[in-house]
Amino acid sequence: MEKLLLSGNEAIALGAYEAGAIVGTGYPGTPSSEILEALTSYPGVYTEWSVNEKVAFEVALGAVLAGARTLVTMKHVGLNVAADPLFTSSYTGIKAGLVIVTADDPQIHSSQNEQDNRNYAAAAKIPMLEPADSQEAKDFTELAFVLSERYDTPVLLRTTTRISHSMTVVTKGKNPDRSHKAQGFKRNREKYVMIPAHARARHSIVEQRMRNMTQDSNNLAVNRMELADKRIGIITSGVSYTYVKEVLPEASVLKLGMVYPLPEKLIREFAEYAEKLIIVEELDPFFELRIKAMGLAAQGKQHLPLVGELSPDTIRSGLKAVVPQELFAQGSAAAQQKLSSAYTPPPRPPALCPGCPHRTVFTILKKLDLIVTGDIGCYTLGVLPPFSAMDTCVEMGGSVGMAQGMEAALGSAYNHNTVAVIGDSTFAHSGVTGLINAAYNKHRSVIIVLDNETTAMTGMQPNPLSGQRINKETTVKLDYLKLAEAMGIKTENVHIVDAYAKAQVEEAITASLNKRELSLIVVQGPCIILKRKRKKA
Amino acid sequence: MNRKIYNILMVGVGGQGIITASDIFALAALIHGFDAKKSEIHGMSQRGGSVFSHVRFGEKVHSPVIARGEVDILLSLEEMETLRWLAYANKKSLVVVSKTRIKPAMVSDYPEDMEQQLGKSFPNLLMVDPGVLSKRIENEKFFNVSLLGLIAPLLPISIQAWEKAIGQKVPLHFLEQNLNAFKQGSLYYDSIKKEVNS
Repeated sequence: MEKLLLSGNEAIALGAYEAGAIVGTGYPGTPSSEILEALTSYPGVYTEWSVNEKVAFEVALGAVLAGARTLVTMKHVGLNVAADPLFTSSYTGIKAGLVIVTADDPQIHSSQNEQDNRNYAAAAKIPMLEPADSQEAKDFTELAFVLSERYDTPVLLRTTTRISHSMTVVTKGKNPDRSHKAQGFKRNREKYVMIPAHARARHSIVEQRMRNMTQDSNNLAVNRMELADKRIGIITSGVSYTYVKEVLPEASVLKLGMVYPLPEKLIREFAEYAEKLIIVEELDPFFELRIKAMGLAAQGKQHLPLVGELSPDTIRSGLKAVVPQELFAQGSAAAQQKLSSAYTPPPRPPALCPGCPHRTVFTILKKLDLIVTGDIGCYTLGVLPPFSAMDTCVEMGGSVGMAQGMEAALGSAYNHNTVAVIGDSTFAHSGVTGLINAAYNKHRSVIIVLDNETTAMTGMQPNPLSGQRINKETTVKLDYLKLAEAMGIKTENVHIVDAYAKAQVEEAITASLNKRELSLIVVQGPCIILKRKRKKA
Repeated sequence: MNRKIYNILMVGVGGQGIITASDIFALAALIHGFDAKKSEIHGMSQRGGSVFSHVRFGEKVHSPVIARGEVDILLSLEEMETLRWLAYANKKSLVVVSKTRIKPAMVSDYPEDMEQQLGKSFPNLLMVDPGVLSKRIENEKFFNVSLLGLIAPLLPISIQAWEKAIGQKVPLHFLEQNLNAFKQGSLYYDSIKKEVNS
């Protein structure tokens, strides 16, 4: 059988293909972006970069209700955006399999927080699987489709950066199931129209489903006991499992492939076998609290950090006090011979590329010493020296609304020294709604869109301002001027300027602030990396 | 098969071809018949930041990341970056450093005594002159692959597996040049082997 070396993301795409997925949607976000790109390379799968995660989820939900097995992908904070349909899709259930990938980012390698999305599984009452390597990423994706259809529920598949971006060996399936076809939507109003009367009935069904799954999860092969030394029993999942195997090869392990709902009977059985239970999990004490609530004595976060990724090293040092020394892997003798240096290299923080079109605007914003509400993208790097020209960055689209709040707080005392800065993809994602709010509520904000024609930070995905779809097909391009006019912004207050024309950019900003009326400034210049790629092609 | 897990850490700065080189590396180990894993971080860190890639292979590899102190070969494409990963190396680790200097944005002058600093920290240090190696390959772009060729003689992966992996990972029109870069790396290693063994 063919063996491949795949990233977790590529393996999820392969798993979805082999499981018969015919629709894939998502919004780019590190570390999830490569899944949908890989899925696009397979035949017979419709894929799209949706305008944001909520829309991606809704397209996916519509697709499964019309009978198409569907994969929807996003990063952990993307699921916040899609949380509204997520919770109620638990009630409607599905028709064909729906698998939702949430790619979490412990350590905040490329995000604004490190929330633990296992909590969403519990809150939305949706089962969640978590793979420990690329083989499992593929297999669990296929299993997720099976469970989704067996229990009439969406299924969450959680990865972390280390799973999504590590490459490990995957054996390709022999017979991909490509016979699945969508049958079209069939009415079922009690199930799909969530008015209170219907929703109350569905809630009871959801609770019964979770009880059934809790029971059945005791016999699910992906929840696996590896019984060895009786003194220590480790309960773990995901990449942490691989660290445990590395550091404590002789300990007994209960590896949870399904992280919600938990297999309570199996956990009790494991607790009977092992003298001491230790929970090894990244971020929140998600297992620990639930296992303690079962009345079992367990240890976890008193030894291991709540913050950041785990590693073989953090597990070794964290558990030194509770695990007998002879259970730890010896490690090479050489590893004990530590090295030292008198010199510590200075950090190399990421920076805007040389020639990046965003550089001009941040140079000007710094010079004018304005308050800048910022947003999510490459341009968030405008906060760092040499620019130091950004004052807030919270979430996708946040810049536009926050600038309005700063104005509202001061009322007539507001002195027109604040601008919002947002990228093109982020603007389409959720800046547009903020701009409608500004026009509707008569705010006098200055909104600057930095349009580089692509979603650069996540790896050059096209968006509604690019004129291109995920498969490179040509499509419409959102027209800033017509959009702004339709919202009620005066035509003369819309400025579309060349990113490299420094004088014009500065003039547009100062004129807009002086005019004290709602203004949209679009600073256009293609991403320098995109430009290079286009030249090559 | 030997139970040893080989741990190779490749480090440098964004744009030096570390990710491609480690892709080739892990694939070559797989083609040879080993279990292999590799781990790195993409995304924000790419924009001119430090880049690293952990490559591990052997009979059965669990963790995709290398534990501190356990690196067998630290392959560094930038002088100063080598020291950032010191905690992963030990006194026996072979540390191969390309004499390439890329000044961090925040630093006014690159420290003059870097080679001396490296010598003090790493007992088993091999400095590679990129000028000498680049002259032997047709294009500096393939320097990353020539460094794979340089360490290949130290590893239990067959030349055929390396060549097959290169074939799968580089565009066809650059294949010959990449294979040559790999070969030149190995030849360069032969020419300096005495230093490594001493």
